[in-house]
Amino acid sequence: MSKARQLANLGNVYDDGALSHRRMTYNGAMNVWQRGTSDDTATSGDYMCDRWKVGHTGLDGNVDWDQETSSTPDGFAYALKISTDASETSLDAADVLQVIQRFEGQDLQHLQKGTSSAKKLALSFWVKSSVASTYTVDLKDNDNTRTIAKSYSISTADTWEYKTLVFEGDTSDPLDNDANRSLDLRFYIDAGSNFTSGTFATAWQDEVDADRVYGTTGWLESSTPTFYLTGVQLEVGDTATPFEHRSYGDELARCQRYYAETGFNVEDYAAAGGEYYHDPVYFPMSMRTAPSVTIVNGNVTNINSTNAYDTDLTSLRVEIQSTSSGRTLNLGGTVKLDAEL
Amino acid sequence: MNEMSIESAAYRIDSIGNNSGIKATIDGQEIFVPLDPSNRHYAEIMRQVEAGTLVIQEAD
Repeated sequence: MSKARQLANLGNVYDDGALSHRRMTYNGAMNVWQRGTSDDTATSGDYMCDRWKVGHTGLDGNVDWDQETSSTPDGFAYALKISTDASETSLDAADVLQVIQRFEGQDLQHLQKGTSSAKKLALSFWVKSSVASTYTVDLKDNDNTRTIAKSYSISTADTWEYKTLVFEGDTSDPLDNDANRSLDLRFYIDAGSNFTSGTFATAWQDEVDADRVYGTTGWLESSTPTFYLTGVQLEVGDTATPFEHRSYGDELARCQRYYAETGFNVEDYAAAGGEYYHDPVYFPMSMRTAPSVTIVNGNVTNINSTNAYDTDLTSLRVEIQSTSSGRTLNLGGTVKLDAEL
Repeated sequence: MNEMSIESAAYRIDSIGNNSGIKATIDGQEIFVPLDPSNRHYAEIMRQVEAGTLVIQEAD
């Protein structure tokens, strides 16, 4: 891209109201992985790379998510890698595999959706696939069940390619101004005829499953398929600008609104056996909503059971039950906090 | 697309006997779920309850 073109693009961005913080996507460079860096049997709905979830139905094999570090585009240290351990012998109508990020409505009010001033959105990303084909990305307005889709071509297998797509603004149906799911960004890796048999929805319309995907890509039926994604930037306007990199700490803090893990270590003295004792655990970030809690016990001394109570946006109470009197109770571990959309 | 396998769910009560949350086994993990409609696990539990495919057990 020439310097003149870059300056022109920045001028367009300024017109759209943002020179910094223009990237709406969370963890677009795939550098935050709080849950781990590999999952060989990703269940549909699982999150692995922070803020990115997998959606799939009807697949013969397991879906494998991995952090990719060895083969990435220039300027990116990480990518999301998706593969399967078994090819589809034949693609069923309901088969689908997609990568999804969801957004809160209160963060989207500047799009002015549902008004005559509705903003366009530019999407840019780096992608590499073992199957050269035409793939689909769509946006779903979850408040009003409307979608718009765009296709892009991967021209050479196993080669990083940079893609840009522009989605028109939607003058119908505003997004709710709250902390709940309003917009989904969905990358389709492959899909069966339930999703491809209609008229591809390149303009906003009420969601029709058959209109969602441009066509079957052949990815799920291919041998040892792989799909890589990074550098995902969704921004207001009709022009994709260079990826807005953020520090790890900045990106992590943004992700912790939706998922966080924090260690704790509580100690009490038991006056009697079977008694309950409560200790607070504070979250690293105020979360989107009261999170679901998984307690992973580490050190456990003289404790019968553990529970989580009074979970709110910033803290919870860990309850521990003593085994017998006259003993020091100790529980150390981690709480996993899930407030995803 | 069914995104969660909820194997069990039971209310938990607080010190004055009110339901204060749900202890559920979801995708093989024991999870404490708050009674918050904005929480995706609680929303899915209630969706399955309304669909008649899940019953939330009373607290012990």
